[in-house]
Amino acid sequence: MGHLDETFAAPAILQEVKPAVLPRAVLVQNNRSFGWITDKVCSLIEGKTPAWWWVCFGVACFVASFTVAGITYLVSTGVGVWGHANPVNWAWDIVNFVFWIGIGHAGTLISAILCLLRQKWRTSINRAAEAMTIFAVVCAGIFPVFHVGRVWFAWYLFPIPNSNVIWQNFRSPLEWDVFAVSTYGTVSVLFWYVGLIPDLAVLRDRFYGAGNKLRSFLYGLFALGWRGSNRHWSNYEMAYLILAGISTPLVLSVHTIVSFDFAVSLLPGWHTTIFPPYFVAGAIFSGFGMVMTLMLPLRAIYHLEDLITQYHIDCMCKITLATGTIVGYAYAMEFFIAWYGANPNEGFAFINRAFGHYAWAYWIMITCNVITPQFFWFRKVRENTTLVWVLSIFVNVGMWFERFVIIVTSLARDFLPSSWGYYSPSIVEIFTFFGTFGVFSVLFLLFIRFLPIMPMAELKAVTAQADPHAGHDHH
Amino acid sequence: MSRYIMVIDTKRCVGCMDCVVACKTENHVPEGFTRDWITETVHGRFPTTNLEIRTERCNHCANPPCVHCCPTGASHVHARGGVVLVTPEKCIGCKACLAACPYDARFVHPKGYADKCTFCIHRVENGLDPACVSVCPTRCMHFGDADDPQSGVSRLLAARPHHPLLPEAGTQPRIYYLT
Repeated sequence: MGHLDETFAAPAILQEVKPAVLPRAVLVQNNRSFGWITDKVCSLIEGKTPAWWWVCFGVACFVASFTVAGITYLVSTGVGVWGHANPVNWAWDIVNFVFWIGIGHAGTLISAILCLLRQKWRTSINRAAEAMTIFAVVCAGIFPVFHVGRVWFAWYLFPIPNSNVIWQNFRSPLEWDVFAVSTYGTVSVLFWYVGLIPDLAVLRDRFYGAGNKLRSFLYGLFALGWRGSNRHWSNYEMAYLILAGISTPLVLSVHTIVSFDFAVSLLPGWHTTIFPPYFVAGAIFSGFGMVMTLMLPLRAIYHLEDLITQYHIDCMCKITLATGTIVGYAYAMEFFIAWYGANPNEGFAFINRAFGHYAWAYWIMITCNVITPQFFWFRKVRENTTLVWVLSIFVNVGMWFERFVIIVTSLARDFLPSSWGYYSPSIVEIFTFFGTFGVFSVLFLLFIRFLPIMPMAELKAVTAQADPHAGHDHH
Repeated sequence: MSRYIMVIDTKRCVGCMDCVVACKTENHVPEGFTRDWITETVHGRFPTTNLEIRTERCNHCANPPCVHCCPTGASHVHARGGVVLVTPEKCIGCKACLAACPYDARFVHPKGYADKCTFCIHRVENGLDPACVSVCPTRCMHFGDADDPQSGVSRLLAARPHHPLLPEAGTQPRIYYLT
């Protein structure tokens, strides 16, 4: 031992400086046992379906029907039922697409990037955030598919050998979108599913023990024969790590490529190199906004305070603050670039945003995206869960308006004053967008009712019991 | 190789819209849409002002952003004269070209595809002028091959000051306005 003590002795400088010992945050409070965690997470699925769930599900289905009705009317009548007209031919459809894709950013960021960075606080929120990502991508996918107006030809976007002499144009950013979004969606689903496998096996065994053969069979089917052996865990860890590695560049690429839809065009207000980092930061910002909007009510309803602690909320608030500040910087830098570039069209585009016909939208965006996150500097705000939830909704609203401001104001006041116009959405567009919140909610409600909303094994790994030193501070 | 261009004499154009009507008739442009239109722009400051009347349409750019952004290749450059065309059967209606065009020269046809001026390529291939050019009562519109130095359009450009629309956009438009 004496030899070991000498080898691992702290550097002399530390003994001189005597740095403060920072306690590690407790990620599962009240020293909960492994069994308690399993019971808690599984009880959300095993228990009787609560009345509030049925009410929410009914409302969500009703709201989702608006999207179904809106799209049916669109396809049967024609794309003219939307409020598009020259010069604004991309409007709510693309705004909503970018909005939902942005929300779908946080899940994979939490799962992949925070996993590689060994941020253990991710464990309480990663499963729900991944589910949110997938459902947001589903909602996002609705808009580009149906905005094309000839949805029956949308498959021309895929490089499928056919007899129609279609050769996709790989210079087109829309073609890049097809690959970026579909790859992101596929990998996100895979990542989510791989993480679910051990938990599905737990549910299989518990339902089998409870005599519910049907649910045991269904969970067992998707658990892929998981037995929890060392070999299974080893393969699982490796698969998870590989998927985290694949997903990490996708987190950055998907919104970068979405931003290219605008950045590679000539239009003043779109034609700017700042878009990729600005869009990625904005997407993480809006994604965390939505994670908080969803997780904080769940935490209260399901009494998950021991698993989603104040430390988790703190971390999410700080990421929201950081990304919100980057977004605010990007807004300011856009003005600087427009002025420094000395292009009168570009300069006008930004002055018009702030003081033109759509100034109301611009200032809503600034208020929600720049001012709102600054409240997260204050510990008292971060500790007030209700206030954090309200602020997270402001973030969501602000990020929708950001996309509206970028897309609509630039098109409405483009190069030639003779073709300027003012866009207002039609009732069909409003209903279709509103309905996507229903689609999202239906999917999320099904998720929280039938799948474990937290990764049980990962949660157990961050408890004090899982620490091999078991709280003893020896080397 | 030929390179079709249009030269429009703004000093002769009176904004009568015959070109607009001729185009709609010739090309069966649906109600509520036009492939060409008239724009009036006032230049200068009182009392030395002048009014420029222009007939505008797709500029059939040599560097066409609509073609670059089309995901299916429906928007393309025709081998004859470099005319920018849309193949309706290939167009999925994504409207990327509408957003990309700095001249707002395109619209969505009620059948769902992007539509715009074709320089009446069906007439040109038969040795005729585009419909708009052929009906202009003041003969302010000229169509021809810029690669032929003896063509009317080449001689007009050599003889008169002219400007394209939005040269700063970098699209290399091929409609020139004589001033």
